[in-house]
Amino acid sequence: MIERLKRMMIKEFLQVLRDPRMLGVIFGVPLIQTLVFGYAVSTDVTDVPTAVVDRDRSPASRELVAAFTSSGHFRVVSAEGGMERAQAMLDDGSAGAVLRIDEGFAGDLEGGRTARVQLIVDGTDSNTARVVLVYANRITERFSGAVRAAPAGGVQLVHRAWFNENLESRNFFVPGIIAMLVMLVTVILTSMAVVREKEVGTIEQLLVSPITPAEFILGKTLPFAIIGYVDVLLVSLLGVFWFDVPIRGSVLLLLLATTFYLMTTLGIGLLISTACRTQQQALMMVFLVFFPFVLLSGFMFPIENMPRAVQYLTWVNPLRYFLVILRGIFLKGTGVEILWPQMAALLAMGAALLAAATLRFRKTSA
Amino acid sequence: MSPVVAAAGLGHVYGAVRALDGLSFAVAPGELYGLIGADGAGKTTALRILAGLIVPQRGSARVVGLDPADTRSGVRESLGYMPQRYSLYGDLSVAENLRFFARLFCLSRREYAERSARLLAITRLEKFAGRPAEQLSGGMYKKLALACALLHRPRVLLLDEPTNGVDPVSRLDLWELLYEFVAEGMAVVVSTPYMDEAERCHRVGLVHHGRLLLEGEPRALVAGFTDAVLQVAGAAECVEPVLERAGADVVAVAPLGGALRVVVRRGASAGLRRALAAAGAQVEPLRPNFEDLFLAQAAGGAPAGEAAA
Repeated sequence: MIERLKRMMIKEFLQVLRDPRMLGVIFGVPLIQTLVFGYAVSTDVTDVPTAVVDRDRSPASRELVAAFTSSGHFRVVSAEGGMERAQAMLDDGSAGAVLRIDEGFAGDLEGGRTARVQLIVDGTDSNTARVVLVYANRITERFSGAVRAAPAGGVQLVHRAWFNENLESRNFFVPGIIAMLVMLVTVILTSMAVVREKEVGTIEQLLVSPITPAEFILGKTLPFAIIGYVDVLLVSLLGVFWFDVPIRGSVLLLLLATTFYLMTTLGIGLLISTACRTQQQALMMVFLVFFPFVLLSGFMFPIENMPRAVQYLTWVNPLRYFLVILRGIFLKGTGVEILWPQMAALLAMGAALLAAATLRFRKTSA
Repeated sequence: MSPVVAAAGLGHVYGAVRALDGLSFAVAPGELYGLIGADGAGKTTALRILAGLIVPQRGSARVVGLDPADTRSGVRESLGYMPQRYSLYGDLSVAENLRFFARLFCLSRREYAERSARLLAITRLEKFAGRPAEQLSGGMYKKLALACALLHRPRVLLLDEPTNGVDPVSRLDLWELLYEFVAEGMAVVVSTPYMDEAERCHRVGLVHHGRLLLEGEPRALVAGFTDAVLQVAGAAECVEPVLERAGADVVAVAPLGGALRVVVRRGASAGLRRALAAAGAQVEPLRPNFEDLFLAQAAGGAPAGEAAA
């Protein structure tokens, strides 16, 4: 039993490591994607091209414009010209925002009245627009705070973002990339490895040998589980040492959670392979299931915003649970006492998926 | 000796295709049994049932007295199977393929070393031990596949068209290899569409439409063949009407080079020769061979095999 399993695993490793393209998929792609995503995938908004329409032309109005530009989020691309020009710039996309200060701005401030300024943003990209508005709010708040030397009573909101003090979206994305890449790599590898045996015909030779379904399944999954671990380590190291993503929790807990997560992804890969006859079909199927998993995981879009029915669907999404665990371990430093429900969910799903795959394999092969 | 392979009334249907329709045969230890038949006759299905890859819908299969589809019976240790399709790992070398299959059957290191050395020697693959299987020629590949199926010394070896796509020299090699193991008491079932290979088997079964048409020793079967065989050369428009007029007396017609090979019912041969000569065709009598026998049988023709059966 052990002998056969060992040989099966050695064979899988030989086949994977001998194929240079496969090596690229396993190690090159995760590295490159982490680098690219780490740099490029960011919801932080900087240097929004801004057209300023300053009709007040007072020291106060210039001060407000300076407050906008010095924040780093806005860059003035046009300070002259009226509303028509600003509107034209919004239309052709050369400006992303228009800051309009009407006459009487300085007068209102001095007179202790509420001074009105208008900010028009290009709302075609709703997310960016929302972020820009938040920045603008913060800047004007600070500006009016400085003007009003002493705040006269009332409520003042003091906000702090915990776990990610500078609200860097990279810290939020890198753990997500780990989960996504590991799922993609291990699901593809597993489904392909079994389907290839079918497609080439080698499965016949295996089926007439004394190998048992359990040995076959283990021999097909353990090598890819190991590759999955290596990928998790690789991307984590890159995130921590290159992108300075903090890792505040236990690395051991991370590895344990990875084990449960890999059980689910390998199970999915095996199930796909029992349903497909060719590697092409398997690859199509991988992508068909992969996208819903990613989109409905909370990786990009918050689950709380989804319709209730879809929220229930996300309960069977292993990526969802692993993301919570990863962000917990990386950013919050939370431990098993908080993350156990997610871990339990992954373990249960992994066990069920692997069992289903073994049963199906027994049926389809016998 | 009691048979180690027994197929009894095997029947199997794929959708609308009746692959097997009551096929029965038995093979004794040390016997080389040939399943002869055209493509689609049901040979592969029969072998896959015996290998335990398919459970037959009707009838039963026994290999060394056990159900080949029962994975727990230990039958697989006694069974070697070489599928018609590619079945080795093309990206693994010759030696790695051998080692992998040896381990699947839990051979010890020593057994593996001894047997693979011997098999590599008699298949003359030693020089290519490090070469990936996908870079072997058709003949070498089949020899390697055979070596992999022989590593665990099965008592029963099932070969599905082992000589398909193999050059004549390698074909001879393959047969020599088989004879060696058969001499040691292995039972071999080999399927082939090549009639000329039938004569290499101890016993053959002619399979047609999933049924056994005829069974016996190849020589005896041919000897018992009573029809005449003619080689007919001439313009088609002269020959064809004559053959058509002869009706049921012409059992089978097959192309033979530029001419025709015509199987004629005994007694009708002299008349047909005269008619053909009159139509301007050259006619030569030929010695019947296995193919004629098969064609005559497949055409639903004469009870040619009575003497042997």
